[in-house]
Amino acid sequence: MYFSDETCQASRKLTEQWQANVRQTPATKPDWKNRFSTVSDLDIKRLYTPEDLQSMDFARDIGAPGEFPYLRGNQVTGYRGQPWTFRMFSGMGSAEDTNARWHLLLRAGQTGLSTAFDFPTLMGYDSDSPKALGEVGKCGVAIDSLEDFLALIDGIPLDRVTTSMTINPPATALWAMYCAAADIKGVPLNQIGGTIQNDMLKEFIAQKTFMCPPEPSVKLISDTVEFGAKYVPRWNPISISGYHIREAGSTAVQELAFTLRDGIEYVEDILKRKKMNVDDFAPRLSFFFNSHIDLFEEICKLRAARRIWARVMRDRFGARNPRSLWMRFHVQTAGCSLTAQQPYNNVVRTTIEALAAVLGGTQSLHTNSLDEVLCLPSEHAVEIALRTQQILAEETGVVNTIDPLAGSYFVESLTNEMEAKAWEYIEKIDAMGGMIAAIERGYPQMEIADAAYAFQRQVEAGEKIMVGVNKYATEARHPVPLVEIDEAVGEEQVRRLKDLRRRRNGRAVSQSLADIRAACKSGENVMPHCIAAVKNLATQQEICDVYREVYGEYQDPGLF
Amino acid sequence: MPERKIRVMVAKPGLDGHDRGARILARCFRDAGFEVIYTGCHQTPEQVAAAAIQEDVDLVGLSCLSGAHRVLFPRVVELLREKNASDIAVIGGGIIPEQDFQMLYDAGIQAIFTPGASLDSIVEWIRTHVRTGN
Repeated sequence: MYFSDETCQASRKLTEQWQANVRQTPATKPDWKNRFSTVSDLDIKRLYTPEDLQSMDFARDIGAPGEFPYLRGNQVTGYRGQPWTFRMFSGMGSAEDTNARWHLLLRAGQTGLSTAFDFPTLMGYDSDSPKALGEVGKCGVAIDSLEDFLALIDGIPLDRVTTSMTINPPATALWAMYCAAADIKGVPLNQIGGTIQNDMLKEFIAQKTFMCPPEPSVKLISDTVEFGAKYVPRWNPISISGYHIREAGSTAVQELAFTLRDGIEYVEDILKRKKMNVDDFAPRLSFFFNSHIDLFEEICKLRAARRIWARVMRDRFGARNPRSLWMRFHVQTAGCSLTAQQPYNNVVRTTIEALAAVLGGTQSLHTNSLDEVLCLPSEHAVEIALRTQQILAEETGVVNTIDPLAGSYFVESLTNEMEAKAWEYIEKIDAMGGMIAAIERGYPQMEIADAAYAFQRQVEAGEKIMVGVNKYATEARHPVPLVEIDEAVGEEQVRRLKDLRRRRNGRAVSQSLADIRAACKSGENVMPHCIAAVKNLATQQEICDVYREVYGEYQDPGLF
Repeated sequence: MPERKIRVMVAKPGLDGHDRGARILARCFRDAGFEVIYTGCHQTPEQVAAAAIQEDVDLVGLSCLSGAHRVLFPRVVELLREKNASDIAVIGGGIIPEQDFQMLYDAGIQAIFTPGASLDSIVEWIRTHVRTGN
C-alpha cells in the first residue's frame, strides 16, 4: 500500500468534493475537446490522486536510483555524476565529408559519435552495384571498404571517443572494419567502445532494412554478442531498437512492448547456444527508443522500460549481475513528429522531446535538426540541435535531482498503465511462440499499420493537431536552405572501388570470403573471419553476398 | 456494363524502407474503393514497370524518401514507355524538394504529393485524372 489509510480517506473525500465542483462548473466552460488523450491515444483522466497509486509498493515498484527495479535510473548519482552523452547521428556523402562533420561536432562540444550510412551500405551493396543507382552518399556516408572506413575515423581517438554505427544486415562487416582500424592504429580491442545497432527483428517489424531471413539474421547477431563478450568488452554489440517501430507509426506502448520482446528473443537465442550464461553477455545489451511529442507519455514509457527489463532479466532469465538488469538506452527525438510546413517550429518540438528523454533518464541523446524532415541537416541546423541538449544539461537545472517526477500521481499511474499494457503484448507474443513466429504471421507489422492509419485519419479529421499542418496553416513561407549531395560523390566512390579491386590481392580476398562461407555453413563464429576479410580489402557487399548465397534473401511481404 | 474499379499500384523503388506513407496510402486507396497492389520495399525500376504491366494497373504511385527520386522516378516512366505502356499514369510522393518538381514533371510524372498532402486530395486527383481501361 503506497499511502496510509488516512491519506487515502482524506484524498477520497476531497476528490469527491472536487468532482461535485466540476459538475457545477457552468455550462459556459465545457471541456474544449471531447477527448483528452495522448498522442498514442491513451485516455487521460482529468485528475490523478493518491488513490491511483494504492496498489503500488514503494520498495517493489519504485525503489532507489541504482537499485532494483531501476525505475529511477541505473546510476546511483544520476546526471550529477555524468550527464547523458550528446551523440548526434551524422553521415553524408563521402567518408571525408562525414569525417569533417564529425570534427565540427566534436569541436562544438559533442561527446560521442554516431554514424549514418547511405542506403547501399545499409543494405549491403557497394557503391558500384546497380542497386545503388542514385543513392550513393545521399542519406548518409558511403562505406565500401576498410580504406573508406579509415578515412571516416581519421583523427578520432578510438580509445577515448565512443562511436555508434547504425548498421544492421552488414553489421558484422562494418564492425569488423572498426576492429581492423583499431588494430591498425595500435588500439587494443578491449579499449575501444561503441555500439552497432545490429537489431534485425525490428527491421522485419518496421524499418525494412533486411537482407537474409529472420533466423540466420539472428544467428549473425548472436555471433557478434559472443565475440564482443570475449574480445571487445566495452562494446555494445546490439542496440535493441524501438525508434524505428515508433517512426513506422506504432503507439508508445507498442514501441515499448515489441522492443522488449525483441530483447527477450535475442537473449533466448544466445542462451540456446549453451556457450554463455546470461550474466556473461546481458550487461552489454543496449537499447534505443524514440521520444515523441507527448511529454508525459514518453517520460513514463522510458521509466517503465527500465522496470520491465529489470523484471524480465531477474525473473525470466535468472540474471544476478546488477548490470544485467540495467536497461541502458539511447534516445532520438521523433523524426515523424516534425513538419515540413513551418519548419522552424521543429526546434520547439525537438526541445520538448529532448526534455522528455532527459526526464525519462536517457543515457545518450540525439536531437533532430529542424531541416531533417526535408534533407540532411545543415551545419547551422545541427548546431542548434546540439545546443538544445547543452542548454538542457547546463542551463535549465533538470539535471539537479534524480528522476524529479517520481511520486507524481499522474506519472507513476501512467508508468504503471504502460507497463501493464506492454506485458499484455509480451504475453501475447510469447503465446504465439516468440517474436520470429509473430513476425512470420505479420502480427507486429499489422498492429503498427493499424495504429499508423488510425493516427493519420485522426490528423485528417482534426482530432489530433499538428500545428502548421491541420491547424494554424499559413501561406507565408520561411524556407530553410536545403543540403544537397552531389551525384559526383557516387562517381568518385565507383572510381575508388575500381582502383581498389585492381590493387588488392584477389586471391587473399577469395580465400577470406571462402572462410566466411565455411563458418556460415558450420555455424562457427563469423567475426574473426570478417576481420581478416576486411583487412584483405574485401568490400562489405562481398561479405554480404556470402550471407545472401548461404542463407538466402528475405522478400518484403508488402503488408498494409 | 458497370465501370470497372480503378486499379492502383503503390510502389517503393530504391533501397529506403520508409514505407509508412506508402502503406497508409495503399490502405486509403482500398478504403476509397480502388483495387490496390502494393509492391513492398526495395524494388528496382525494372521490377516496378514489369509489375505495373503484369497487373494491368491504371496508375502507379511511387514513394521515395531517400533522395533517389531524381534518378528512379524518371526511369520508371521511361521503362513504361519502352514497353508501350505509357497509358499507365505515374505519380510520386515522399521527401521531394520543390526545386525537383519541374524536372519530374518534364520526365512524365503527372503529379507530386509531399508531406501535408491530405489523403482525400490524392484520392480526388486519381478519380479526376485516371480513366479506367474498360
